[in-house]
Amino acid sequence: MKKIEAIIQPHKLDDVRDALKNIGVDGLTITEVRGHGRQKGHKEVYRGMEYEVDLLPKIKIETVVTDDRLDEVTSAISTAARSGKIGDGKIFVYEVLEAIRIRNDDRGDIVL
Amino acid sequence: MNRLLLLALFAFPLLADNAPTMEQRMTAVEAAAKSAQLSGDNAWMLTSAALVLMMTGPGLALFYSGLVRQKNVLSTMMHSFVLMAVVTVIWAVYGYSLAFSEGNPFIGGFGYLFLNNVGAAPNADYAATIPHQTYMIYQLMFAIITPALISGAFAERMKFSAMLLFTVLWSTIIYFPMAHMVWGKGGFLNAYLGGKVPCFDFAGGTVVHITSGISALVCALYLGKRINYPREAMKPHSLVLSVIGACLLWVGWFGFNAGSAVAASGLATSAFVATHFGAAGAALSWMAAEWVKHGKPSMLGGISGAVAGLVAITPASGFVQPFPALLIGLLAGVFCFFMVTAVKSKFGYDDTLDAFGVHGAGGTLGALLTGVFATKAVNDALKDAPLGWVDGHPMQVVNQAIGVAISWGIAIAGTLIILKVVDLLIGVRVTATQEIDGLDVSLHGEEGYTLET
Repeated sequence: MKKIEAIIQPHKLDDVRDALKNIGVDGLTITEVRGHGRQKGHKEVYRGMEYEVDLLPKIKIETVVTDDRLDEVTSAISTAARSGKIGDGKIFVYEVLEAIRIRNDDRGDIVL
Repeated sequence: MNRLLLLALFAFPLLADNAPTMEQRMTAVEAAAKSAQLSGDNAWMLTSAALVLMMTGPGLALFYSGLVRQKNVLSTMMHSFVLMAVVTVIWAVYGYSLAFSEGNPFIGGFGYLFLNNVGAAPNADYAATIPHQTYMIYQLMFAIITPALISGAFAERMKFSAMLLFTVLWSTIIYFPMAHMVWGKGGFLNAYLGGKVPCFDFAGGTVVHITSGISALVCALYLGKRINYPREAMKPHSLVLSVIGACLLWVGWFGFNAGSAVAASGLATSAFVATHFGAAGAALSWMAAEWVKHGKPSMLGGISGAVAGLVAITPASGFVQPFPALLIGLLAGVFCFFMVTAVKSKFGYDDTLDAFGVHGAGGTLGALLTGVFATKAVNDALKDAPLGWVDGHPMQVVNQAIGVAISWGIAIAGTLIILKVVDLLIGVRVTATQEIDGLDVSLHGEEGYTLET
């Protein structure tokens, strides 16, 4: 099992969800986060006080898939989230040791 | 039998002997006209009083609280709201008396203590066509908003107990005497009722905006900066609240300025028009200045400009024509923009919500420009005497400057003394931990936004 963690632009969320639904990925968790990579922030001015806003709003998507589906899912996400500009985000992949369904204590791939 | 009696009753006035004389009928008509005027004026003045209260809560409470950080939203609203109660009590007990009963040129006497002699009968010196009590409650609303304006300078870091004591002392030592000097019978600066130096202040440029704005600067300097100011970003937490608040202020200001005609008269209309034009001019000029300097016109700039224009037009509103009003607004927007951006950052004081930059600076500019643009074409209270420079009376600008200087002097000296006393008695500033936690939780034990429940 692999955990996929994707940081994407907030306005790409619906595209990514549609893409995942189309290939049959049912379970995912999203979080509203703030951060920055190489992308520059912007300047805000309040009554002459200038603030550099470099932590920008992003969406973090987390989903866990079976090993054989990894490439399919990551490419679906990156295709849907891509605009070709700096700031499109990143995808990280982790090993998952175990998955447990709380309802009935199922374990392993069957949980996904 | 009954019918006969009725007939007799109706026929009775027709009999020549008992018909009312011309004189009696004139008296009856006069009484009816007077009662109609009283009804009209009283309706407008009660409406105006309500409008001015609306300026404090919700107007100023929303305007100010939107500009602070989320952790201080309630404590900032509280600064405005609590004064609606506190000032009301001291006004009833002794405030109205010290401001408006006859005393010496600098402070009133005890004639209206506990609102004694303040009833339904009009007080001809102040307002001959409305109940004295209407005038009293209208003036109370001014006494409430003035100290509330100061809170913009000490928001996010003053103890609540210290703020209460400060306000009571400030109203007593600064506001009541200033109101007496400018508006009270025999007041030193009163242009109508026997003042030594006639200073025109239609709705409170000196009494309300200069005193509060200058006191605000003193408070900001005395309390010192907020922790981490200006290194840490302290962005307004909700400009949406501020926009709603500023627009309520704009509307409420019609009660403040047009109501200061103390009648539903042509002068009230004139003040209403000038007020609106002043606000519009300053909203545009502040945004334009910002657009040039920072490349973008902002919503916060628009509402700050509108308030600055309303402040500047306040003393002039009952004395100037529409286009000079627009000009006063245009000048005020640029001037106050300069004060809250260039001047504040140069000197580095932390006037949290720019009470000085907007009310002190705008009030001073407006008071001086009143001396320039006041004209008898608008206000004939001094009969045929010329009013301002445009009437050929440039000396009026000097009179205005004297009024401004007295307001500045009283505000600086009085506020310093009061802060010192309050500091010695209970301390003015919250602890560093309280300030970092936010005053809502540390002083009031509550939060403004609890969205998860």
